[in-house]
Amino acid sequence: MSGTSTPKSAGQSLPPPPAAPVTLRINGQDHHLELAPWTSLLDALREYAGLTGTKKGCDHGQCGACTVLVDGKRINSCLTLAVLQEGADITTIEGLGQEGNLHPLQQAFIDHDAFQCGYCTPGQICSAQGLINEGKAHTEDEIRELMSGNICRCGAYVGILNAVKEVVDKKSIALRS
Amino acid sequence: MNPFTLTRAESVDAAVRDFSGHDSSAYIGGGTNLLDLMKENVARPTHLVGLNKLPLTSIETTAEGGLRLGATATNADTAWHPDVQARYPLLSQAILAGASPQLRNMATNGGNLMQRTRCYYFYDLATPCNKREPGSGCSAIGGYNRIHAILGASEQCIATHPSDMCVALAALEAVVHVRGNGGERRIKFEDFHRLPGDAPEQDNTLKAGELIVALELPKKGFEKNFSYLKLRDRTSYAFALVSVAAALELDGTTIRDARLALGGVAHKPWRSPAAEDLLKGQPATEATFRKAAEASVEGAVGQGANDFKIELARRAIVRALKQAAAGGKATNVFNNSNP
Repeated sequence: MSGTSTPKSAGQSLPPPPAAPVTLRINGQDHHLELAPWTSLLDALREYAGLTGTKKGCDHGQCGACTVLVDGKRINSCLTLAVLQEGADITTIEGLGQEGNLHPLQQAFIDHDAFQCGYCTPGQICSAQGLINEGKAHTEDEIRELMSGNICRCGAYVGILNAVKEVVDKKSIALRS
Repeated sequence: MNPFTLTRAESVDAAVRDFSGHDSSAYIGGGTNLLDLMKENVARPTHLVGLNKLPLTSIETTAEGGLRLGATATNADTAWHPDVQARYPLLSQAILAGASPQLRNMATNGGNLMQRTRCYYFYDLATPCNKREPGSGCSAIGGYNRIHAILGASEQCIATHPSDMCVALAALEAVVHVRGNGGERRIKFEDFHRLPGDAPEQDNTLKAGELIVALELPKKGFEKNFSYLKLRDRTSYAFALVSVAAALELDGTTIRDARLALGGVAHKPWRSPAAEDLLKGQPATEATFRKAAEASVEGAVGQGANDFKIELARRAIVRALKQAAAGGKATNVFNNSNP
């Protein structure tokens, strides 16, 4: 791996990037990366670990497209630095399910027509898995409230709610990683 | 984002030392506000001291019967903690009214206090902002100011502190424990955040390099009669236009003790001792609540687009006090916006 994330500062020339070795445990596998300290976890996943299932939407913690699980808890990967997550257990959409072995939430999203363009879907599904891990949401109102950190600009909310509700009702999902 | 170095501190002492060993340092807890500001080049620290290895995540009862919240415990772990839910449900409800589940899983208790008092001009490098660049002017005065302050503002700055958690902490009279090179000290919550005055670049009274290590809640939690009422443009994941933390201690229908704090209206969580005095010893009736509401917004000044907040605050205070008196809010943590 080489290179660094590109800071957005306008008109500012940067000193050589002080990339350093960082080991991230992603979906049960150690990834040995060379990262500058300002590399977000999101950029580390997509640009360095090659896991592009996690999406970059707003890059400011407002849309939820970048949601991943860290030690089983859902977070916005755009608002944490990769170096701060060394030692943590990171789960992305690739770790939840694969082609031919879909996670129940993935199957439910298909069954309930819970996406259109699909860009927010990995974040929605990781967030829903986090919601299930938390165990606080049972009713439709509670699911709506605790899924409010994930925006869907296609407006597939009715399908998303139904998909998440179906899996919540089964109450038997274990985090696969 | 500008380049920076980063170390992950293993102890509070190491964190404080590391901070003062660099120019332009910043502590980073959950990072949810700091990294956002850094991406916009509003904050430009050249060294970050990472706090997520510090042993400050515990939540435990104090010798005085209160509760000590570790500074790096997350907002989510705090809100869902059994002792917080049972003894300080006002705090739990306020935390859960803020941000999103993902952000609450990242944001720390200390970081919630340290998030910047801000408005959209603070984020916009193309516009003057006294908070971002002292002396450059305030673009919100005479600009778009629907979300801005109606109380305690100055000619320098009319931004609001967006925290929900801090409104409850103000009402509960929390104490902030901080550590610096000079040792540890305690700051009363009402003294922690500042009004803008002529130094809007300063949000709080911390000295350079001081680190929040804990928040201490006094024993009295007002767990029977409380309400956190948050009014906003959508029912979830939005800052408050006006929020009210109301807490009552009742003796029959007489108010023995009362706390009232407002969010979304000032540079810091807003408490009005005069309003609380008008509640104490009085019957818990709408007439009493109206007098307190009037006192709370005394001296309020609108900026044009936010004039509506003055009447909204009056009505929200009356409603929150009614909800607190009815005592029916303890069972549903999700029900923070209506009826």
